[in-house]
Amino acid sequence: MDVVFLSRIQFGFNIAFHYLFPPLSIGLSLMIVIMEGMYVVTKKEAYKTMTRFWVNIFALSFAMGVATGIVQVFAFGNNWGRYSKFVGDVFGSALAAEGIFAFFLEAGFLGLMLFGWDKVSKGIHYLSTILVALGAHFSAIWICIANSWMQTPAGFKILGEGKEARAVVTHFWEMIFNPSSVVRVTHVLIGCWLTGVFIVISVAAYYMLRKRHQEFARVTMKLGLIVGAIMVILQLLSADASAQVVAKHQPEKLAAMEGVFVTKPHTPMAVVGYPDMETKEVKGLEIPSLLSWFVYRNPATAVTGLDKFHPSDWPNVPLVFASYHIMIYCWGLMVLAVILGAFFYWRKQLPMMKTVLVFLMSSVLFPYIANQVGWYTAEFGRQPWIVYHLLRTSQGVSHSINAAQVLGSLIMFAVIYAFVLALFIFLLNWKIQAGPGHKEQAMDEYQLKV
Amino acid sequence: MDLKIIWFGVICAAAVAYVVLDGFDLGVGMLHLFARKDEERRLMLNAIGPVWDGNEVWIIVVGGALLAGFPAAYATLCSAFYTPIMIFLAGIIFRAVAIEFRSKLVYPKWRSTWDVVFSVGSFLIAFVLGVLLGNLVQGIPLTPEGVFVGSFWGFFTPYTILTGLTAISLFIMHGAIYLNMKIEGPLHEKTRQWSVISTVCFIIAYIVLTMATIMHMKHMVARVDGKGHLYWIGIVAMLCIAMIPHLLRKKDDGWAFLSSCFSITLLFVLFGLGIYPELIRSSISPEINSITIFNSASSELTLKVLLIIAGIGVPLVLAYGFWIYRIFRGKVKLDHSSY
Repeated sequence: MDVVFLSRIQFGFNIAFHYLFPPLSIGLSLMIVIMEGMYVVTKKEAYKTMTRFWVNIFALSFAMGVATGIVQVFAFGNNWGRYSKFVGDVFGSALAAEGIFAFFLEAGFLGLMLFGWDKVSKGIHYLSTILVALGAHFSAIWICIANSWMQTPAGFKILGEGKEARAVVTHFWEMIFNPSSVVRVTHVLIGCWLTGVFIVISVAAYYMLRKRHQEFARVTMKLGLIVGAIMVILQLLSADASAQVVAKHQPEKLAAMEGVFVTKPHTPMAVVGYPDMETKEVKGLEIPSLLSWFVYRNPATAVTGLDKFHPSDWPNVPLVFASYHIMIYCWGLMVLAVILGAFFYWRKQLPMMKTVLVFLMSSVLFPYIANQVGWYTAEFGRQPWIVYHLLRTSQGVSHSINAAQVLGSLIMFAVIYAFVLALFIFLLNWKIQAGPGHKEQAMDEYQLKV
Repeated sequence: MDLKIIWFGVICAAAVAYVVLDGFDLGVGMLHLFARKDEERRLMLNAIGPVWDGNEVWIIVVGGALLAGFPAAYATLCSAFYTPIMIFLAGIIFRAVAIEFRSKLVYPKWRSTWDVVFSVGSFLIAFVLGVLLGNLVQGIPLTPEGVFVGSFWGFFTPYTILTGLTAISLFIMHGAIYLNMKIEGPLHEKTRQWSVISTVCFIIAYIVLTMATIMHMKHMVARVDGKGHLYWIGIVAMLCIAMIPHLLRKKDDGWAFLSSCFSITLLFVLFGLGIYPELIRSSISPEINSITIFNSASSELTLKVLLIIAGIGVPLVLAYGFWIYRIFRGKVKLDHSSY
């Protein structure tokens, strides 16, 4: 196996693993801000209990996010030295802003949020919770901007030629607000919020099912369903805006997402199906003209197909197609979960509806899968370019590393991450089992008995 | 003044912040196993509890600032030191999860396992950092295109092993003095002993390292020669360290810690001035192949933007950083939200 292939696996594996945690932290941070806000306004102890329960889970997720995130800071240079030199001038300021404005805010005030309950006033504690949430959001924003520049580069010029070529910023704000920044940042953030919403719904459903902490479960469920209903609608709007930007700026990516092999009017959209690479057509159920309407709001307009591009510039069509469609199905399942949950909650029947509760309990998987495959769509869809139309992935790799090194570190990460993930799930489960409102003392005694 | 030089200064300052702040976290980690009882270990862990996360961010800033300002140096550094960085990262991951997981269950086996992980992780990180800095002083084999042509075991020479050990002793000293300031009761007697012993160890390591540098790293000496004020930095750093046992005897624990912070800062300034303008020294024809701040820098516009970002961000970070440290000042007490 060659260095490029192994490096791609390594980067993909590390970033996908890392991305298990930030959406949880970001989404939970929003939910915690809402919960603690309700505590500050209503002064009800129940909300404080709720906040503290979720803050503990947030802390666990945050620590995992930091530990796996530091890896990413070095990963660019470790395996992608040539790429780092190429984008450093552009990427650098976004990353520097992320470090200075986001990580410090998050990590600094996390200490206060976790350990400051008795040290500062209610208001100051709430302020630090808000700042932690802001920090979490800033970090997502800056890294998405950097990634968006790789998708739709803008505000730069190329200096040097061949191996010495590099992108240099000419217009800072054009670089920051490149064509896809805003829609992609929005899409990613809503994806994170959905993760927060559905972990809350999922845990509440579990307690309802087990008839434990019933008051906590009821209030939490209500909050989750309200915020969830707003978010699934927002995500639809942002998805639409996002797809239009892709259609305009990265037509071959959109073509791969939808399996458009031939440019023709009344472009259909596959509801279910798969792209057959032999016959160059999508097999499955297609709705005529739908894609044309989605992209151009006109059923007749032709959507650019892969035939306009040389096959060596195509992304991996089946992979992108599948990732994209799974993401959409997950969104559909989230909508279903919110509708079912809200309907039975409103009729006060939810605690009795075993099947619905089991479905809601597993609903946390939907945003998780959607976040993962959504990124696969974005990143596989950009291939074979590491920086769209400027630098190929195969040209981005470091010179001085060899396959054995990369394979070795890949195995190391795989082992560490499997181990750490198992423990994370074990502890997460343990915290959920212990439930909200436990006293540390009681918890210790409980454990010693077990 | 040249923006490249200013940005080099910023990176050095961020590195100083990392070493001074995460330095004591690492030191506490390395001392962790020397405390025998669970309560003592919890006290030590909670002494760094609210701040270690934030301290660790400084290494991200160093990495990010290098990528932003000197992309070519970042690319060569990360790909040349591929395996050491992987070891460093493994240490970082294990240390973070150990701190977070340890307190979640009370089974003695669970805790003692994470204690070992925490401590070993801290040792690894400190040693790798020391070796890395040693290699930057000594130089690594680079081609004129900045491609590394050495091997993993080539990083370990007597000189770099010495810098690795010096880093370990420096962080242990710093951590012990920090604990000595933060901890009261029976454990305080231990932390005082640790502080004195580790200070003596560091002084010995430092003297040996200085002699090795003067004898074998002529290029470092050449840069200092003729600039008398640079000698003074070294001498003042040494005096600060020598003051520490005296301050500890007088029970000026806070001053002892400040003194340790100050001397680490000075030592790092000396390192920065010593390598300047090289970021990564090449052992093969260093005059041509070395990666310097001048042949690896980003564009003027990017450097300007970076300085604006740092100019707004760093004062903010320092302001709320101080405020948070103030809230958690005083001796550590265990309560229901502790680790």
